[in-house]
Amino acid sequence: MAAAAPTDTPSTGPDWPLAIYEALKSADVRQLCYVPDAGHARLIRLTHDDPAIATTVLTTEEEGVALGAGAWLGGQRAVLLMQSSGVGNCVNMFSLLASCRFPFLTFVTMRGEWAEFNPWQVPMGKATQSAFEIMGVTVFRMERPEDAGEIAAAAATLAFDSDQPIAVLISQRMIGAKKWTENK
Amino acid sequence: MSAALDRRAAVKALVAERGDLLVVSGLGSSSYDVFAAGDHPANFYLWGAMGGAVMIGLGLALAQPSRPVAVITGDGEQLMGLGSLATSAAKKPKNLSIVVLDNAHFGETGMQMSHSGLGVSLEQIASGAGFRSVSTILDHAALQAFRPKLRDLAGPHFAVVAISTDHVDRALPPRDGVFLKNRFRSHLGFSVS
Repeated sequence: MAAAAPTDTPSTGPDWPLAIYEALKSADVRQLCYVPDAGHARLIRLTHDDPAIATTVLTTEEEGVALGAGAWLGGQRAVLLMQSSGVGNCVNMFSLLASCRFPFLTFVTMRGEWAEFNPWQVPMGKATQSAFEIMGVTVFRMERPEDAGEIAAAAATLAFDSDQPIAVLISQRMIGAKKWTENK
Repeated sequence: MSAALDRRAAVKALVAERGDLLVVSGLGSSSYDVFAAGDHPANFYLWGAMGGAVMIGLGLALAQPSRPVAVITGDGEQLMGLGSLATSAAKKPKNLSIVVLDNAHFGETGMQMSHSGLGVSLEQIASGAGFRSVSTILDHAALQAFRPKLRDLAGPHFAVVAISTDHVDRALPPRDGVFLKNRFRSHLGFSVS
């Protein structure tokens, strides 16, 4: 099992999951929820190791939209990590953000847009940005590891200080090719 | 489940002398019931986000660990978010209680029979998810016995309250989500941005 686990950091370039983590710490994010994803694995580990951040693993992505709303009601800032395939699961729950003007911040690792070997990932990968935008969520693209900290910090400010719903799409090219089979 | 508590009386009893209890109500009749029991700034009434009531309660409970949080919702709303029972059981927030008002029907949409009316046991699902405190409430005595659990911080608790399908008049809480959010946060001492 462990041998088949994909690498979760790019082989070169800045440590962008750490940069996102540090930006979230600076923004006083206290809850992080996620549907597991290899691209997010390092950020998930960093937050699990941080007693100041409550981490919650979800069964489906829309749970995280509601969890973040509850956190905000209780005075805390929350972030949702997911994969592009999960964005479609959230569409109705996004109405909560518009109806109540809840802040919302999610980081989405992209599938189906760059060197994708699984065609079943392509339809939702192509629809991810539009799915956010039809529900009023502002979308940023993270294309280069060296921009990760700055984009994460700007997104957090816009979300939590201006009560905006924000999604940061992390490009599949940036995450790096995922190894799907052992010893290949 | 053929027993039948009056839903309004049941909810009124649950939130009576509420103290510092924070309440999230699921969309539809549960929100009407909580409002009819007495409007309160520590009530957050959902008018949408079906299936999300427990997760809002969980996020709130994690943010406010010293305050008891009750989610009061219906069987239909809970059935749409069954995964949230797994998520919250795994997280084990001691200050969260989930109360499902179960009339075995989808009351908002024409009283079609729900899965609980067709044999699905929400209690067994909650038990299987990992809730160790699971209650089935069939009468007022059981309801009164359960009430202290809402505030004992020894949860998470899960309870199903068998309610009647009898019609009750609607009692409509405010629908402005921004107002409800700001009122709730102000009650907890947070500034309105």
